[in-house]
Amino acid sequence: MNFQIVIIAVVILAALGALFGLVLGFAAKVFAVEVDPKEEAVLGCLPGANCGGCGFAGCSGYAAAVAKGAAPVNACAAGGEAVAAQIAEIMGVSAGAMVKQLAQVHCTGCGQNYKQYEYVGLHDCVAASKVPGGGALSCAYGCLGLGSCEKACPFDAIHVIDGVAKVDEEKCKACGKCVDICPRHIIALEPYKTKRHVTIPCSSHDKGVDARKVCDNGCIGCSLCAKNCPKEAITMVNNLAVIDYEKCIGCGICAQKCPRKLITVDGKVPEVKPAAPKAAPAAAPAAAAAPKAEAPKAEAPAEPKE
Amino acid sequence: MGFDLANLFSVALGAILVNNFIFSQFLGICPFMGVSKKIDTAAGMGIAVTFVMGLASAICWPINQFLLVNPAIYGEGGPNLAFMQTVVFILVIAALVQFIEMFLKKSMPSLYEALGIYLPLITTNCAVLGVVLQNTQNGYDFITSVVYGITGGLGFMLAIVIFASIRERLTFSECPKAFEGFPIALMTAGLVALSFMGFSGLKVF
Repeated sequence: MNFQIVIIAVVILAALGALFGLVLGFAAKVFAVEVDPKEEAVLGCLPGANCGGCGFAGCSGYAAAVAKGAAPVNACAAGGEAVAAQIAEIMGVSAGAMVKQLAQVHCTGCGQNYKQYEYVGLHDCVAASKVPGGGALSCAYGCLGLGSCEKACPFDAIHVIDGVAKVDEEKCKACGKCVDICPRHIIALEPYKTKRHVTIPCSSHDKGVDARKVCDNGCIGCSLCAKNCPKEAITMVNNLAVIDYEKCIGCGICAQKCPRKLITVDGKVPEVKPAAPKAAPAAAPAAAAAPKAEAPKAEAPAEPKE
Repeated sequence: MGFDLANLFSVALGAILVNNFIFSQFLGICPFMGVSKKIDTAAGMGIAVTFVMGLASAICWPINQFLLVNPAIYGEGGPNLAFMQTVVFILVIAALVQFIEMFLKKSMPSLYEALGIYLPLITTNCAVLGVVLQNTQNGYDFITSVVYGITGGLGFMLAIVIFASIRERLTFSECPKAFEGFPIALMTAGLVALSFMGFSGLKVF
């Protein structure tokens, strides 16, 4: 046995290892990149979900932008006000009040019984929207219910229940992932600033006659809600009532008036109190109220015919 | 041998097509399967591998030549340390990748961002070790080694980009339940490898 060769081998390897170790240690000093300590601190308080709701590439991207002062401290939708306050403390500024936002699916799934054909394919809305006709639903605007949003949600906050996507208000962080993925563009972020949140869960731009053919209670564009809104917060956009949340005070009059019982207040369709609201207008400006009151009646019987 | 362009071309062609690291030598399969879900990331990995393979070839050649297979420096009748090649090269590659990462982070942040997480992943890429070991086994000189390293990396890039583009379509195509995911991906890789066999026997001279 020639031990010389063993010794040389060990020495060479140890020497190379030590040399590389020294070089790397030296290089770590020479090439050290100064990371803003604020950036690391900001990154520390972020949730780390990398949801992209802030508009930056992940939490580290947002932290870098905040540290440079290029991004507001309260842009993290997932973290909410608690995180905004922490970041504000690190950056030495005030966070300001954040308006809580939630994703809202603008479809009640009322068109599910009106299918144009049976869709047999990839269980995915984006794929279904690519086939001719854009999926099984007759309504060209409704929720396809194949759960692309469910898969996209990083917080497990949106689920397809009975064929239509529903948002879990407790879990939703308003990151906007579902808004982006929905091929029908029926999900939107809505501010929840008033105590009573009024929403119009329909996206149909069809005219009333066409809308009736493909769903049970979708918006028919009758504009009763818009006419009755005391704050003029509802406008008709291409046969669809749209709420301006800057003006909405959550009174719920529109929900009372809606002939399709579509508009919801805090997620529920309010029970129409026939006595009080109808008696008041009938008593005073009878002439003005009468045609309005007739409108829903005229539309209601039309339904069974179709 | 000197600066023989025809020979270099032959080596390059061989590394890219005939002896493709993925499809005919089956080296570097782990990153090949792992980072081939999107063409963008596949191309990023390919560039990073090419970069490291070329540099590793350049660094390992003198170490091998002057320290390992040069008994004269250990005195009269010194040992030939060729048996140490594998372990020394692993050490060199690991240190090199670390060094490159630090260097890029400081001096070329844009390239560092572009290579991203792929750079540290290369430490464990056996294609890099394969290229330096083959350099010594084939007795390449310095320039040929570097050319073999870079073109080997290009071959890796070609393979991973081709495979990623197939795999992007594979996601949306129907296949039997039992084959979904990795099984069908491995079969596809096998079929592409089979098609690359068509290059075997390709010779410049």
